[in-house]
Amino acid sequence: MDLEEAKEFKERCTQCAAVSWGLTDEGKYYCTSCHNVTERSKEVINTEDIPNTKIKAINRGLKRKKKLEKGWDWYVCEGFQYILYQQAEALKSLGVGPELKNEVLHNFWKRYLQKSKQAYCENPIYITRKKATVLEDNLSHSDWSSEPELLSDVGCPSFVESGAESQSDTYSQKPFPLSSRASQSEMASSVCSGSLDGVEYSQQKEKGTVKMSVPRTLALCYLSLLWKRETITLSDLLRFVEEDHIPYVNAFQHFPEEMKLYGRDKRIFAVESWPDYEDIHKKTIEIATFLDLPRFPDITEDCYLHPNILCMKYLMEVNLPDEMHGLACQVIKMTGIGEVDFLTFDPIAKMAKTVKYDVQAVAIIVVVLKLLFLLDDNFEWSLSNLAEKYNKKNKKDKPWFDFRKWYQVMKKTVDEKKHKWEEARAKYMWKSEKPLYYSVIDKPVVYKRRDMVVNLQKQFSTLVGWTPAVEKTRPSSFQFNWTEEDTDRTCFHGHSLQGVLKEKGQSLLTKNSSYWLSTQKFCKGYCKHLTTYEESNFSLSYQFILNLFSFLLRIKTSLLHEEVSLIERKLFKNKYSRTKKKSRRSRKARRH
Amino acid sequence: MSDFSEELERSVTKDDQVKRSVPCGTGMHFPWLQSYIETVVIGGKKKKDFAQTTSACLSRIQEALLKHQWWRAAEYTHSYLQTLEDSDGYKRHAAPEIIWKLGSEILFYHPKSNVETFSTFAERMKNIGVMNYLKISLQHALYLLHHGMLEDADRNLSHAETWRYGEKSSSQQVLINLVQAYRGLLQYYNWLTKKKELSKLDKQDYAYGTATRSMVNRSWKTSVNIGALIKIPGVWDPFVKSYVEMLEFYGDQDAAREVLTNYAYDEKFPSNPNAHIYLYNFLKRKKAPRAELLSALKILYQIVPSHKLMLEFHTLLRKSEEEEHHKLALEVLFGVLDFAGCTRNVTAWKYLAKYLRQTLMGNHPMWVQEQWSTRKNWWPNFHFSCYWAKRDWKEDTALACEKAFVAGILLGKGCRYFRYISKQDHEVLRKKIKRMKKSVKKYSIVNPGL
Repeated sequence: MDLEEAKEFKERCTQCAAVSWGLTDEGKYYCTSCHNVTERSKEVINTEDIPNTKIKAINRGLKRKKKLEKGWDWYVCEGFQYILYQQAEALKSLGVGPELKNEVLHNFWKRYLQKSKQAYCENPIYITRKKATVLEDNLSHSDWSSEPELLSDVGCPSFVESGAESQSDTYSQKPFPLSSRASQSEMASSVCSGSLDGVEYSQQKEKGTVKMSVPRTLALCYLSLLWKRETITLSDLLRFVEEDHIPYVNAFQHFPEEMKLYGRDKRIFAVESWPDYEDIHKKTIEIATFLDLPRFPDITEDCYLHPNILCMKYLMEVNLPDEMHGLACQVIKMTGIGEVDFLTFDPIAKMAKTVKYDVQAVAIIVVVLKLLFLLDDNFEWSLSNLAEKYNKKNKKDKPWFDFRKWYQVMKKTVDEKKHKWEEARAKYMWKSEKPLYYSVIDKPVVYKRRDMVVNLQKQFSTLVGWTPAVEKTRPSSFQFNWTEEDTDRTCFHGHSLQGVLKEKGQSLLTKNSSYWLSTQKFCKGYCKHLTTYEESNFSLSYQFILNLFSFLLRIKTSLLHEEVSLIERKLFKNKYSRTKKKSRRSRKARRH
Repeated sequence: MSDFSEELERSVTKDDQVKRSVPCGTGMHFPWLQSYIETVVIGGKKKKDFAQTTSACLSRIQEALLKHQWWRAAEYTHSYLQTLEDSDGYKRHAAPEIIWKLGSEILFYHPKSNVETFSTFAERMKNIGVMNYLKISLQHALYLLHHGMLEDADRNLSHAETWRYGEKSSSQQVLINLVQAYRGLLQYYNWLTKKKELSKLDKQDYAYGTATRSMVNRSWKTSVNIGALIKIPGVWDPFVKSYVEMLEFYGDQDAAREVLTNYAYDEKFPSNPNAHIYLYNFLKRKKAPRAELLSALKILYQIVPSHKLMLEFHTLLRKSEEEEHHKLALEVLFGVLDFAGCTRNVTAWKYLAKYLRQTLMGNHPMWVQEQWSTRKNWWPNFHFSCYWAKRDWKEDTALACEKAFVAGILLGKGCRYFRYISKQDHEVLRKKIKRMKKSVKKYSIVNPGL
């Protein structure tokens, strides 16, 4: 009798994999071959007998089982919402104000859903797309009409809440009605994806719509940071991602248990690369334009992103004298890149572009270094000789900045850092604890492989010197720290530039009176590069400095070179307007 | 200009330079090429960071292995294991083998590793993908053998022997045969130990009878195991040797002969000097007619003209009736002495001295001329320099005498070596040297008059 009743239950036993169930007195299933008792009870199915649910009940048994395997019904955009939520939380714990999550990012996301016609609009795509099936099935329609609201604050409470309440709680209020979805879920399972619209989503190619993707979630985060004028630059953000302070790779693995991912979801949510600076930058502009955002808050001189301040920050970071800041500010003024209109992001403007604040600030420092030291593999060393002599003689005075010494200290520190960085990258674990598979047939294979890897890793971790719990580096916007005491990490912040400047009347001039341009001509071809950077064409000191800074920002050297050239173009306008002339050097004396 | 086209141009120019500067051989290795292929062929499309970091990880493991830094290698392998889950199917399939190779190497040397660790690792790796099961089983067994655990190795092999996986296993027939053959080899080892014990027993003893019976039983199994493998073209020296030994022991001469002949003469098998050596030794043991012995050695002569059996070959040829063989006998001796390893072989020189005289006496100076013509520009410095004369005389006077005679015959009595030796005053050898001078005068192929 019991066995008869238990026939409906067709899952494999977790212990012996047999499908042979009986019912215990409490109505729970137990395995007849190994006597393992499950948590499932017969009761659930028996609710069918409650009146008024007759029509639905026909499908209940089937659906219930589906639900157990499939988890919740969820949409792709909910997945992204969850990732954004986590990223916002992570940013908050990095010290960003809570308004970023509750106001800015939340609004951007709502706006995105609206613009991409997924919610908050007259005719959300989910309704139009599904209407046909709903009619065919003759099923309840009231559920559908309520959907737009469900995607709003009611459905996604996680965003507005400021506290980190238990996630399962917020999610157990199912954002989507389930009762009418039986037919849909069957449909979806044949083409395979854990989310309801995974397949459609990956096929969808609507013109003018910017489809959400994992890299684009970062672009959205950056947009909100920019809006709030937070003290995090894009390169910082991406570095935090790489250091695992912000969820990105495998962000899906923290989804609630019931949000099952497989099939097409894999392509949508799995990432196997770190975000790339230029790519995210491009996507930021793309999304801002798509969202039709108004002009962003002004970036004035007291903002972190203003080059005056960023230059100071990077001068400290790379251990250069504070005195250089004055010169940097002058360059910023002359080139006009410190102006509000230039710095402020305005997506509605004809050519929407956002300044690469960090790259630009670093490029200014490179230009200043070139102004002071020429960086032709010759002049900087002779200046260093002078400084060395002076410092030997005058031990009590403020020391002159010695380029050679600075180079030695920096070279050593950066090489070490780079080595560690490369090592960490080579050891990076990409795979999530929650493996993704393409189809149900794949599932056992994928899970088995996962177990194998875990076992093997366990075995090898005993052969490794370190303990597996490697402490995470605390996130910081500075990557180096300099101290006066340690000779290996000598701090040059307080050193003076006297050795490279000379007085003339009331003003100070640089001893160096020459300058060479990083780029003679700018590309006007179809390619998107403005310049090309062929390392071997440049002096070794210039190469070193470019490499140093591009490592700091984790960008390509060519990108920095391009930015340097752009600043030079603004600085030496006259030179470039007379480009036809083939003069290689330009003279420039400057007041200090 | 885009990065991509620039890269293409650069790769072309570099390519040209390489071609110009180094003649292209088949074994050339271009380490930069791989990175170019990776960046250029994909059309400038960036590889995924996953692929980049794992390949960086692999090269770090290789470096650590090269430097015997087992701890470090294990550390990186820990991360490299994730390639088993690579989303690129091709790489995922290749991963188990790479990991097995790296892992087994590390575990073989790692100070913290032991037989147990290695076995656990092998068991796990066997079951990732079916294609590696046999290979890993075999290597696992060899590892156990290395550690003297014969029984475990045998158990391991017998597991592998019975392993089947549909068509996948039939495509690995050679491996199955190899597994069986190794089992056979283990049984042979047991048989050998038994045989040794047996030789100590009294033949009338009851124990003797049972022991022989178990030996026969064992050998039967072995022959089944090994027999299948050695039919497949390949180099199976230890298997063939032990198989033949057992066949011979049980008196199955014909089977033994067939195995050896097949092993040596089947054209599908790779050329293998040992095959001919085994066959020759077998034939010699069986007192086979000279013609058979000669034909076995003739092939060996073509493969390894410096082999020590060549002196036996020479003797056989000399005894032959055919004139052609006599000529070949001379050729063989010259051939042996062409090799640096044989320069101080007294027997070879003795044979040459003796046979030169015989040949010249037999009126075949043309044969000698023929051999000498290709060697006369390098043998004098190679064999007959002053340095050698002094050294040979000091270390081995008998050798020096033989060589001096040959030098005299080939180069005339004016040659350095001959002059140095003949000037030496030695009580015992005085007579011999005198005789030598005489015959040189008589037979030297260099005409002093000219």
